[in-house]
Amino acid sequence: MNRHLISAGDLSRDDALLILDTAEELARVSERSIKKLPTLRGRTVVNLFFEDSTRTRISFEAAAKRLSADVINFSAKGSSVSKGESLKDTALTLEAMGADAVVIRHGASGAPHRLANWVHGSVVNAGDGTHEHPTQALLDAFSMRRRLGALDGRTVTIVGDVLHSRVARSNVLLLATLGADVTLVAPPTLLPVAVDTWPCAVSYDLDAVLPKSDVVMMLRVQKERMNAAYFPSEREYSRRYGLDRDRFAKMPDEAIVMHPGPMNRGMEIAAEVADSPRSTIVEQVANGVTIRMAVLYLLLGGETA
Amino acid sequence: MVSSAVSDFSSDQTPHSRAVLEGPDIHRALTRIAHEILERTKGADGVVLLGIPTRGATLARRLGDRIERFEGVKIPVGSIDITMYRDDLRLKPARPLGHTELPPDGIDGRIVVLVDDVLYSGRTVRAALDALNDLGRPTAVQLATLVDRGHRELPIRADYVGKNLPTAKSEKVKVYLQETDGRDAVLLMKEDAK
Repeated sequence: MNRHLISAGDLSRDDALLILDTAEELARVSERSIKKLPTLRGRTVVNLFFEDSTRTRISFEAAAKRLSADVINFSAKGSSVSKGESLKDTALTLEAMGADAVVIRHGASGAPHRLANWVHGSVVNAGDGTHEHPTQALLDAFSMRRRLGALDGRTVTIVGDVLHSRVARSNVLLLATLGADVTLVAPPTLLPVAVDTWPCAVSYDLDAVLPKSDVVMMLRVQKERMNAAYFPSEREYSRRYGLDRDRFAKMPDEAIVMHPGPMNRGMEIAAEVADSPRSTIVEQVANGVTIRMAVLYLLLGGETA
Repeated sequence: MVSSAVSDFSSDQTPHSRAVLEGPDIHRALTRIAHEILERTKGADGVVLLGIPTRGATLARRLGDRIERFEGVKIPVGSIDITMYRDDLRLKPARPLGHTELPPDGIDGRIVVLVDDVLYSGRTVRAALDALNDLGRPTAVQLATLVDRGHRELPIRADYVGKNLPTAKSEKVKVYLQETDGRDAVLLMKEDAK
């Protein structure tokens, strides 16, 4: 495995399966009364979050603490220095603190990649702009595998705001590596320009795709990133691309519903679908801690170069 | 232990390697250990067998089968992975984890018999004791091993030993078991054997 985890596309099939298998064993740690392992004692993990994110930060923090690492939360929000400079200065500060791993969330795509050139420790991308969010893709794959078994030949449909979604890109790359067939469903305005180069199919018709899906992953409509009119109205978006009760009924009986959260209930997903037993939304949160433990263990648990 | 994790047989053809235990020897050693466990624990009441993956877990299952056959009591058998508790993690790249499978009733108040294939430095057993500490509180912990090859680096000894095997530190001990390797044998090989 690489020293850093920047993109889901950097993971070979063996790497990805190693992370999922490791997580499968680590899942038991969360079930026992002492939820702690001594493995990363004396290692320091810095959570460097330039963007707000409570759930991802807490998830990484819980994962690092369960492995006995020391955690420093470095909230860099509100820095007025220009991005390149401030990131480099921050990197030098982290070096001085002796960080063994830096978990970075940044509004600019590519920031983790830059950071990796400046620090000696491992860099874990916790979401960069509209680019990637590899640990989310890993926890999604882990959640699917726990419900459905191996992912080879499974059909996964990802619906919604693909354009602004780092979750979608990381998922497409990872699921392709794991042998699943991915279809993106979105209004044409919410698909990235180069989507035809992604290892997946594209459709504009949700109702046609649903009956053949093993997994339906709904994406949040990211209003805060929308700087133009991508669809006429929320109501129209919800009618054409939202997962309501009628559409839910068209899915195969064994198929599951996923959402990376936070949800807009009633917009991209109906409340009763989100709360159904076939929804993995709550499991995804628990699985997030487990998969991040696996990633931190595999990056930091062995010898360091 | 490191000394057991090889599964090809090409190496035992060399003059540098010899079989110290064959299938029937392993069979007899396990049978004797099963009887000793029954004797020492007065009928294996409250005993839980926990094997250290991979081959220790296999041996624990075999011991459990034997005890059931001899006394008609079914005792809980599980496995305990110690990778996350090793003291030499930083000497090698991160290793894949083995499987931990505790019996449904847990280990609290039980007599845990740890089972491993080769007892060498004792560091694996130390790690297993740490792991047990996080999993519950047994009334007692005992240790069974198929081969004790000496060279302890910690104050640890086995309660049940299949064979005491005098070795040089430069030698390697390899355990093959039917379930994982297709046959039963314990080989002693010189370090320079390629």
